[in-house]
Amino acid sequence: MPGEKQATTELYKRTLVAGLWNENPVFRLLLGMCPTLAVTAAVKPAFTMGLSVIFVLVCSNIVVSFMRNLLKPHLRILMFTLTIATFVTIADLFLRAFQPRMSEVLGPYVPLIIVNCIIICRAETCASKNNLIVSIIDALGMGVGFTLTLCVLAGVREILSTGAIWEIPILPAGFVPWAAMRMPVGAFITLGLLLALVNAVSKRKY
Amino acid sequence: MDTLNILLIGFISIVIVKNLVLTKFLGICPYLGVSGRIDMAFGMGMAVTFVVTLSGTLTWMIDHWVLMKFGLGVTRYVCFILVIAGAVQLVEMYVRKFFPFLYKSFGIFLPLITTNCAILGLCLFINLWGIDNLLEAVVLSFGAGIGFTMAICIMAGIRENLNLADVPECLKGAPITLITAGLLTLAFMGFAGMIR
Repeated sequence: MPGEKQATTELYKRTLVAGLWNENPVFRLLLGMCPTLAVTAAVKPAFTMGLSVIFVLVCSNIVVSFMRNLLKPHLRILMFTLTIATFVTIADLFLRAFQPRMSEVLGPYVPLIIVNCIIICRAETCASKNNLIVSIIDALGMGVGFTLTLCVLAGVREILSTGAIWEIPILPAGFVPWAAMRMPVGAFITLGLLLALVNAVSKRKY
Repeated sequence: MDTLNILLIGFISIVIVKNLVLTKFLGICPYLGVSGRIDMAFGMGMAVTFVVTLSGTLTWMIDHWVLMKFGLGVTRYVCFILVIAGAVQLVEMYVRKFFPFLYKSFGIFLPLITTNCAILGLCLFINLWGIDNLLEAVVLSFGAGIGFTMAICIMAGIRENLNLADVPECLKGAPITLITAGLLTLAFMGFAGMIR
């Protein structure tokens, strides 16, 4: 049936796009705030963090989607966390082996992906109810949306705190770096202002 | 006397100087979510303090007496999250049995402590800082809970007053809370360097 096929394609597309803007995990759902604030002092660690989250999100969504019919309601959350913890261990060992410097910079925030609300939220609201393909697409959309948000936030902070982006200087030499942007203050205030911007833009559209 | 000194300095440093919420960004979700009213914030802080003390101590014991002895470091994260989930379950059962009134007012927030990053974060930091003394681990865990309670109560106090302020439309809700939190961390930065 061509009509049915079109409807499924439409659903896939909608699921993919939802994570990027309409249901963007950070800006719209306010999920995963801890890593968002902690690793965005520069773009490189933020990007690495985003990739690790995509990996864990996709893998755990696949596994949860496979076992969704076997889940008992009261053991649900426990099974989710155990699945996620396993994949986070894999990601952490991989980073330690191949990206030792990044692993040092990110420190305990890689294992902290286990308690990242985005992943549990997606396992609960999407993967435990939908089939494999929808779960994978949803994970990709959410993961990419999260990574992009991290990179935007990190970009703003890195430019203002060092005058460079991805460690390549772009601002003129006379620029005085804002040291505060590298510290917790910069993280909180930049994210607050970005959220306000997103609110203002989305209000104007409608 | 020496041990007491180390314990005291460790306690003060984790409550004020290395506060998990304000300098390590841990436990931000409840920090922004539950901090609307001061009594709720205090109750949440107490529950977190209890769970974090219990799970910090237990994970230290498991880490040092089982995992390190048998070279099972790879399974550390899985073990930690299991211990925390178990501790939360224990607290939930205890509170439901002996303080039914408190149990009702907590509602969904009690099971959600499992995914509070402050707790797993503290267990990981204890491991990262290489604390090799059980007593120190207990004091640090307890201090982390107290630090969390203090931060969330300060925030709730500010937000109760913020409700009366005239905030621009697009800043309402989360954005203004984040900016307030930013200014609060600026204040706490003054303590940095107080203890090495």
